[in-house]
Amino acid sequence: MINAVGRDIPEEILEITGKEPFQGNFYKDDKSIVMRGPTIRPVMNNEKSKLVADIREALVKCDAHDGMTVSFHHHFRDGDLIVNMVMKEIHDMGLKDITICATSLGKAHDPLVPMIEDGTITGIESSGVRGKIGEAISKGKLKGLAVMRSHGGRVRALATGEAHVDIAFIGAPTADDYGNLRGIGGKADCGVLSYAIVDGNHADHCVAITDCLVPYPNFPAHISQTKVDYVCVVDEIGIPSKIATGAAKPTTDQRKLLMAQYCTDVVVNTPWFKDGFSYQTGVGGASIASTQYLAEIMRERNIHMGFGVGGLTKAMCQLLDDGMARVMLDVQDFDLDAVRNLKNVNHHRIPAGVYANPLNKGAVVNKLDYVVLASLEVDVHFNCNVVVGSDGMITGAQGGHPDTAQGAKCAIVICPLLQGRIPAICTDVTTVTTPGESIDVVVTDYGVAVNPARQDILQALKEADCVPLKTIEELRDIAYSIVGEPEKVEFEDRVVGIIEARDGTIIDVVRQSKEIPEPVVYKKKASKRKSNG
Amino acid sequence: MEIKKTAVAGTLESSDCMVTIEPSAKGLELDLESAVIRQYGKRIAEVAMETLGRLGVENARVSIVDKGALDCTIKARVECAVMRSAEYEGRIGWGGVIK
Repeated sequence: MINAVGRDIPEEILEITGKEPFQGNFYKDDKSIVMRGPTIRPVMNNEKSKLVADIREALVKCDAHDGMTVSFHHHFRDGDLIVNMVMKEIHDMGLKDITICATSLGKAHDPLVPMIEDGTITGIESSGVRGKIGEAISKGKLKGLAVMRSHGGRVRALATGEAHVDIAFIGAPTADDYGNLRGIGGKADCGVLSYAIVDGNHADHCVAITDCLVPYPNFPAHISQTKVDYVCVVDEIGIPSKIATGAAKPTTDQRKLLMAQYCTDVVVNTPWFKDGFSYQTGVGGASIASTQYLAEIMRERNIHMGFGVGGLTKAMCQLLDDGMARVMLDVQDFDLDAVRNLKNVNHHRIPAGVYANPLNKGAVVNKLDYVVLASLEVDVHFNCNVVVGSDGMITGAQGGHPDTAQGAKCAIVICPLLQGRIPAICTDVTTVTTPGESIDVVVTDYGVAVNPARQDILQALKEADCVPLKTIEELRDIAYSIVGEPEKVEFEDRVVGIIEARDGTIIDVVRQSKEIPEPVVYKKKASKRKSNG
Repeated sequence: MEIKKTAVAGTLESSDCMVTIEPSAKGLELDLESAVIRQYGKRIAEVAMETLGRLGVENARVSIVDKGALDCTIKARVECAVMRSAEYEGRIGWGGVIK
């Protein structure tokens, strides 16, 4: 069936998953939905200890079994040790058909690939996957379907029961013996536990893993003792230097600085840039540079940010410290400056559901004026792809991209026209992960394109005459004139993954990539006449 | 143009390609490895074969390891490798087959 972004979702996939094809951003707005709670075992006996000797004991006590789903959060980013530690134990116990429901998986989890190959892991639900797991899924090694959900979409799936977690493993920088968990105060601080809060609320069993046991009560708790079944103390939960992978040095790349300038020009010349405006941005060099340009103009015009939200960086926290922003709402910390900044009383932790769940009574993203995003590809319909590489391999994550893009009044995507030979602006993205109706402005190093659905923004930018305006088709044509039009990447028929829209409908599918044995050999016989020589 | 010896041109930096040419008696054979083989494999082979044809190379074993080079780069690296392998250095026909 062809969905609202023109992608063919096979009937068979709709049948297996019981999901509907994507029907547009506001399909489920104002519709009645039933939420589901977990099945829990209450702790009434005041002599019961929640401490377990090791992960094996926790697994046994939580009735670990074949076919179960286990969940993890990714606040430790590339420094995460929890996923591999738990999965090794599950593997050693000989359990099979495990589904991993993670908030994201990255390069740190490459060691899971052999467990995918031997049938220990047969399902993966995540915001996305980087590294070798992505390659393994694309090559068809995962037995089941991979399900890619945005951060908001994951909260929705757990809350409605579309996804069910048997055991949640929550890495906690500090914990007490009764399961009060905090993102700070330990050896490997990640600042917040926002993505794991929904796991505490909806998983049947919840195991806290910490390397820093503190006296009871570990307050104020970011995840409460009322959600946690067991506490397990291990040597190390994360590698601090790899947690802060977002600690970006200010970029000197002229191309990025140019795009940052264009981006800031778009922000300050559109109607929402006034005192009290709200803003989210990412960790890329251009995003950080544009935040700094923006801060200069805010100072000049005495405009203050009402709130900033998202994965936070030093650049955003600086605005708070300088009194240029009133409040920061934090779901993730990309660098240690952001972790330290949590001491600021106006820097608040929020759960992922408050941040972005589309099916609650209104998430923070709905209150966003601007969001600045990146993308692997943008097509002439403004659809974005942040999960599948142009070569067809799964290589990225949705994160909050679809959530914030839909929520914000002005969603800006910064994207260099070319990545090496690959045109980032193309006729059709490899896989749609954020629908074009959510994307308002595309900033490239060759000019800025405004979604024709947003005549208000186009008019404002024309009047301001601040950036070189192009149509999205013009940008694509410039790209193709330099690198040539790419061939369509070929796939096998088998669907290896689905991309869920925020509301749980299917926006696109990912098919198995076709094996190309390199080198490819081309031959041409010599002509009959004798070669001169 | 006769390929007299093995020669190399180019690098493995991104947006470049490394072209190696060896003598052969069995027509043209091109081995291609590319970071963008799925999107541009055919185009790269076409550009390389065209360039070899223009230079009158009929017998050679050519290997290209491509890191996302543009057509103009591929053409230039192939030309350079051919000139080196044909021992044409110093007497390149600028404005002739090399435009």
